[in-house]
Amino acid sequence: MRVALFVACYDDAWFPDTGKAVTMLLERLGHEVVHPPGQTCCGQFHWTTGYRREAADLARAFTRVFAGADAVVAPSASCAAAVRGGYPAIARTVRDPALASAAGALAVYELTEFLVDVLDVTDVGAYYPHRVAYHPTCQSARALGVAGRPERLLRAVRGLELVDLPAAGECCGFGGAFAMKNADVSVAMVADKIRHIRDTGADVVCAVDNSCLAHIGGALSRLRGGVRVAHLAEILAGTGPA
Amino acid sequence: MTAPGAGPPDALASAIAPGEAAAAASRATRFADAARPALADTRLRRTLGAAVAAERDRAAAAAAEPADWEELREAGRALRDAALLDLDTHLESLERAVTGAGGTVHWAADAAEARRIVVGLVRATGARDVLQAPSATVREAGLPGALARAGVTVRPAGLGDLIVGLGEEAPSHLSSPALHRDRAQVRELFLRGLPGAPADLSDDPADLAGAARAHLRDRFTGARVAVTGAAFLAADTGTAVLTESGGEGRMCLTLPGTLITVAGIDKVVPSWTDLEVLLQLLPRASSGDRMTPYVSAWTGVHPGDGPREFHLVLLDNGRTRALADEVGRAALRCIRCSACLNVCPVYERTGGGPYGPVLPGPVGAMLTPQLRGVESAANASLPFASTLCGACADVCPVKIDIPAILVHLRGTVVESRRARPVPTPELVLMRGLAWTMGDARRYRLAVRRGTRWARLLSRGGRIRRLPGLLGKWTDARDVPAPPARSFRDWQGRR
Ligand code: SF4
Repeated sequence: MRVALFVACYDDAWFPDTGKAVTMLLERLGHEVVHPPGQTCCGQFHWTTGYRREAADLARAFTRVFAGADAVVAPSASCAAAVRGGYPAIARTVRDPALASAAGALAVYELTEFLVDVLDVTDVGAYYPHRVAYHPTCQSARALGVAGRPERLLRAVRGLELVDLPAAGECCGFGGAFAMKNADVSVAMVADKIRHIRDTGADVVCAVDNSCLAHIGGALSRLRGGVRVAHLAEILAGTGPA
Repeated sequence: MTAPGAGPPDALASAIAPGEAAAAASRATRFADAARPALADTRLRRTLGAAVAAERDRAAAAAAEPADWEELREAGRALRDAALLDLDTHLESLERAVTGAGGTVHWAADAAEARRIVVGLVRATGARDVLQAPSATVREAGLPGALARAGVTVRPAGLGDLIVGLGEEAPSHLSSPALHRDRAQVRELFLRGLPGAPADLSDDPADLAGAARAHLRDRFTGARVAVTGAAFLAADTGTAVLTESGGEGRMCLTLPGTLITVAGIDKVVPSWTDLEVLLQLLPRASSGDRMTPYVSAWTGVHPGDGPREFHLVLLDNGRTRALADEVGRAALRCIRCSACLNVCPVYERTGGGPYGPVLPGPVGAMLTPQLRGVESAANASLPFASTLCGACADVCPVKIDIPAILVHLRGTVVESRRARPVPTPELVLMRGLAWTMGDARRYRLAVRRGTRWARLLSRGGRIRRLPGLLGKWTDARDVPAPPARSFRDWQGRR
C-alpha cells in the first residue's frame, strides 16, 4: 500500500526520529511511504487557540497537499483528530463547504489505527527490552478512540514489559496553549502524572503524541526523573535479536 | 453573611447599584492568576482531590449500573434540546400554568432586575430576614448581597452554604459548596462563628452535622420568607422541582408564608413527564445515587398547606444571548449535575474560586463567558481554562460536547479582539506563525533558523530557559534541544 505520511510541524523540527521510525516501520511491513512535499502544519494549534481564519487557511493547504492519497498516516493523534473532527468544525465555522468536502474525502489515520485496523497487524516484529508505561493521551483516547490498539501493539513487542500506569486516563496537563496560558495548573497536573509514572518503575513512558510527551519529558528532565519518553513508533521500529 | 440591622428607607435603590460593581470586581482576575492561591494551598488540593475522586468513583459506578445508560443520556440530550428549541412557547405555557395555580411570574432580564424584584417582594412582606436554600442561580443574581444591603438578613439554609458563609468565601462546587473543606476546618469554623456550638465539639461528621442542625432548626421555624432555586420547571403543569441531599430546601418550601423561587429560563422542560428521564440522569451523574434523597415539587399555592404566596422569578441574564449562538447554545442543556467538575483535572486542582461567581468547573468555563460576554479579561480567560482533555464530555449526562464549545468560545474571544486598533501580541504571533506555515518554503526556512537558535540556547541537550511568552513553559519544564536535521531534511536526502 502507498502511504502518505504526515509529520506534524513539531515532530518535523523537534522529534524527527518519530517520522523516521514510522517510515522504516511501514517499509519493513512492505508498504511504500511517501512524504508529500508542501506539507507544513495541520492548523490544530491555531484552531484550538481560537484563531479560526488562520486555522482554515492551514486546513485548506493540508487538504490540497494530501488530496487523492489512499491513506494519510500521522504519528500524532492530536493532528489526526484535528483533521478528522476539527476540519469539519472549522469548515462550518468559516462557512467553507469546499473545505468540508475536501476534508471528508481524506482517509486520515493515527498510526496505531492504521496498523491495527487497516493493515490488520498487531505484531510488527519489534524488539524492545524495556519496562514501558503507556500514557493514553486525551486526543488519542477520547477524540479518536484508539483505545486498546496501542496496548495490543506493545504487548506483541518482544522483550517489552508493559506496566500498568495508575490514573492513566488523566490528562497530563499539556493542552497546547494551556501549558503556557495556565502554566501553574499545567505543571501541577504533570507533577501528578510523573508521580504515577515513577510509581510504575518503568524505564520508558510512551504515547502516540510527541506534544504530550514533550510536556511530560520536559518535566521529567527538569526533575532529572530517570525515566525516558519515547514515541510508540520508535518502540515499534526497534529491532534486535530475532 | 449577617447584615447590620435595618436598612435606610431608600435601601432598595442602593441595594441594586453596588451589586453589579461587586459582581464585576469579583471577576476582575484572569483564571490563571485566580488559580494561583488555590494551587499553593496543598491542604486544599488534597481535600479537593480526595473529595472529587470519591464523587467521581461513585458516579462512574452508578452510570455503569443501568443497562440503558447511553440511551438515557441520548434521551436526556434530546429532550433538553427540544425544550430549548421552543423555549418561548414553553415559557408562555409555564407562565399560564403557574398563574393558574395561584402563583405569580416575574421576568428578570438581568441580575439587577432580579435583585430589584426580589428585594421588592421581600420588603412587601415586611420580613427582616429570609431563609435561602442553596442555589447557584440565587448567587448568580447576587441576591444575598442585595438583600443584605437592603437591610434583610439572609440566612443560608444549607449546611454547605453555612460553612462557606462562616469562612467568608465563595462556594467551590455546584452540589457541595464546601467540598474543599476538611472536617477539621469545619470544626474550627463552627467553633469560631456558629452561635451555640458546644466548646467540646469534635470533628466527627455526625457531631458537626448535629451542631449545624441545632443551629439551623431555629432558623426554619421563625422564617416568614424563603428564597430558593429550582432544578427544573415543568411548563405544562407549572411545577417547580428541587433536588437536594440535605432536605433544607424542603423546609424552605413548607414553613414560610412567602416562597420566592428564582430560576433561569433554561430550566424549563416542556412537560412533567420529561422528569422521568432527567431525574434518573441527574442523581447518578451528580453523586452516584440512584435517586436524590429529597426531590420536592411544588405548583402554585394551596389553601391550608405550605406558602400562601408563591413568586417565580424567571431570569434571563444572558441566556437568550447564549441561545442565539448556534454552537454555544448546547451549553444550556446543562442540568447542573456537577459531573463535569468531578472529572475535570483543572477544577480538581483549583477548586471553584477562579471560575467566578456564576458556575464553577467546565460548565462555568463554557457558560459564564456566554452569559456575561467575553469583553472582560477574566471572562475571556475562562474558555482557555481547560486542556480540552474531554473527560467532562465523557460524563455529561446530556452529552454536551464541552471541549467543542470551549474551542468555539476561544474563537469568539479571538474574533472580538481582532477589531482592536492595536493587535494583541498573541494575534501578531499567531498570524505570523500561520503565514510561515502557509508555505512550505517559508516553513522550512523558519525551522532551520529556529533550530539553530534553539541549539544555541541549549546546554547539555536541553533548554532550561526560553525568552518571552515561551518562558512560561521553561519555568518548570525543559525543552530538548532540537536535532540539527529535521525529518524532511533526512527524508529529502534519502
Ligand atoms: S455540563 Fe453536563 S456534566 Fe457539567 S454540570 Fe452540566 S449537565 Fe452536568
